[in-house]
Amino acid sequence: MTADFLPSASLAMLETRAVLLRRIRSFFDSRGFLEVETPLLSHDVVVDRHLDPLSVTLFDDPRQPEAGEKLWLQTSPEFGMKRLIAAGMKSIYQITRAFRGGESGDRHNPEFTMVEWYRAGDDYDAGMRLLGDLAGEILDRGAPTRLTYQEAFCRYANIDPFDTPQEGLAEAAANVSGQEPDYDAPKDALLDMLLVKRVEPQLGTVEPVILYDYPASQSALARVRPGDTPVAERFELYVDGIELANGYHELLDADVLRLRSQMINTSRHLAGKPVLPETSRLLAAMDHGLPPCSGAALGFDRLVMVATGAKSLRDVVAFPIDRA
Amino acid sequence: MATYKTSDFRKGLKVVINNEPWVMVEMNFRKPGKGNALYECRLKNLIRGTTLDRVYKGGDELEAADVEEFETQYLYRQGDTFVFMNNKNYEQYEMPKMAVEECWMYLKEGMPCQMLVFNNRPISVTPPPHVELKVEYCEPGARGDTATNVTKPVKLETGAEIQAPIFINIGNVLKIDTRTGEYIERVSV
Repeated sequence: MTADFLPSASLAMLETRAVLLRRIRSFFDSRGFLEVETPLLSHDVVVDRHLDPLSVTLFDDPRQPEAGEKLWLQTSPEFGMKRLIAAGMKSIYQITRAFRGGESGDRHNPEFTMVEWYRAGDDYDAGMRLLGDLAGEILDRGAPTRLTYQEAFCRYANIDPFDTPQEGLAEAAANVSGQEPDYDAPKDALLDMLLVKRVEPQLGTVEPVILYDYPASQSALARVRPGDTPVAERFELYVDGIELANGYHELLDADVLRLRSQMINTSRHLAGKPVLPETSRLLAAMDHGLPPCSGAALGFDRLVMVATGAKSLRDVVAFPIDRA
Repeated sequence: MATYKTSDFRKGLKVVINNEPWVMVEMNFRKPGKGNALYECRLKNLIRGTTLDRVYKGGDELEAADVEEFETQYLYRQGDTFVFMNNKNYEQYEMPKMAVEECWMYLKEGMPCQMLVFNNRPISVTPPPHVELKVEYCEPGARGDTATNVTKPVKLETGAEIQAPIFINIGNVLKIDTRTGEYIERVSV
């Protein structure tokens, strides 16, 4: 007999989850944010090199459930929420489910809870400040310190992520992977290897850390700040070495997003992954005009992990995928 | 040649690296939210027992190891060669003393042993955790002394030398833990 009908998290943990959810709602409510809801199932999907969305067939005839348009389960509520900002809403947040294929482990579940917010008028600094305030208020670990991506690599991986030539990065990555240097690997793959093995474990071990100014090649939906070394105005929150949130000073230019989506689809295709639809109502919203804003998304399950010291998502989620 | 993709990676997977078989004893999925999926693996060499830490990125592949485990019977020793037989198909496997360094001294003819073969070559053999072996030689036991904390060297019928309590005599049958080489109890006098 198996007891896998039971939640993998303790009942006390599920109570803590509920308390933390209430505190997050009250954090945003007290700042005048409006809680919104957008569809989980959408015609549009974020085009990302490393996010693999799950799809659902919207059938017309229930006797032929395989025939019909393919819709996407959201990897985050980003598109829907930015459309609301473009339509004129000012400060919004959402607590919802997001889905990502191929992600399972002690810090990943294919379905997870995401808190996401946007505030029109916020610049880069205001976006980071809001995330810092949230972390400070919810986590009782003090105010976050800020560290650039470059500083963090120099300090913890002993390598400059922007100025080091490909061979140097390949050799440094080989040191952590235990394999032969891969001189042909994409630069971002080498950086990710160093980030995960050398940098992340050192972030937020005392007070929370906000890592910011990412390589322009990792800009996703953030705007890129031009300069000698252009950087993506993107920021992430880390506590106890765990990535908790990702935010952007939002990209407003639809044509830049179109170009990025094309390039991402090319690299997805080369990696043998299906290409994703490049047209979306987000582009229409951006063409219409997205006001300057910042936004961020926070993995709620991981927040519960670091708030309670839990070692695995299984300990904070009632029914992880194998019990879902 | 069968291969495993990173999406197949999990604890217990047996793979080939540098022509040797390894088993994945730990596997952690790591992925920056917007970044490459990485698979942190700790691998144990199935022949030598050494461990290796490797990080693979999504899309990497490892060759599957053709490793099989089944029950054999220890048949006999010929010089430095130990001969086993697969109980199902009667196929015989020879192992040099070097490959059975940790257990040859507990092997008794007819004993059931778990055998691990890689590409149909035997790589390790494991006797039962507890075996009963007769004492071939030891200094005479002190009559009436039943203390178990005072020990003496004892030579068993298979050639193993272990420490056993002082009251043990030649001809006694002892139960031995083959994993630690420790005396457990006297089974018969």
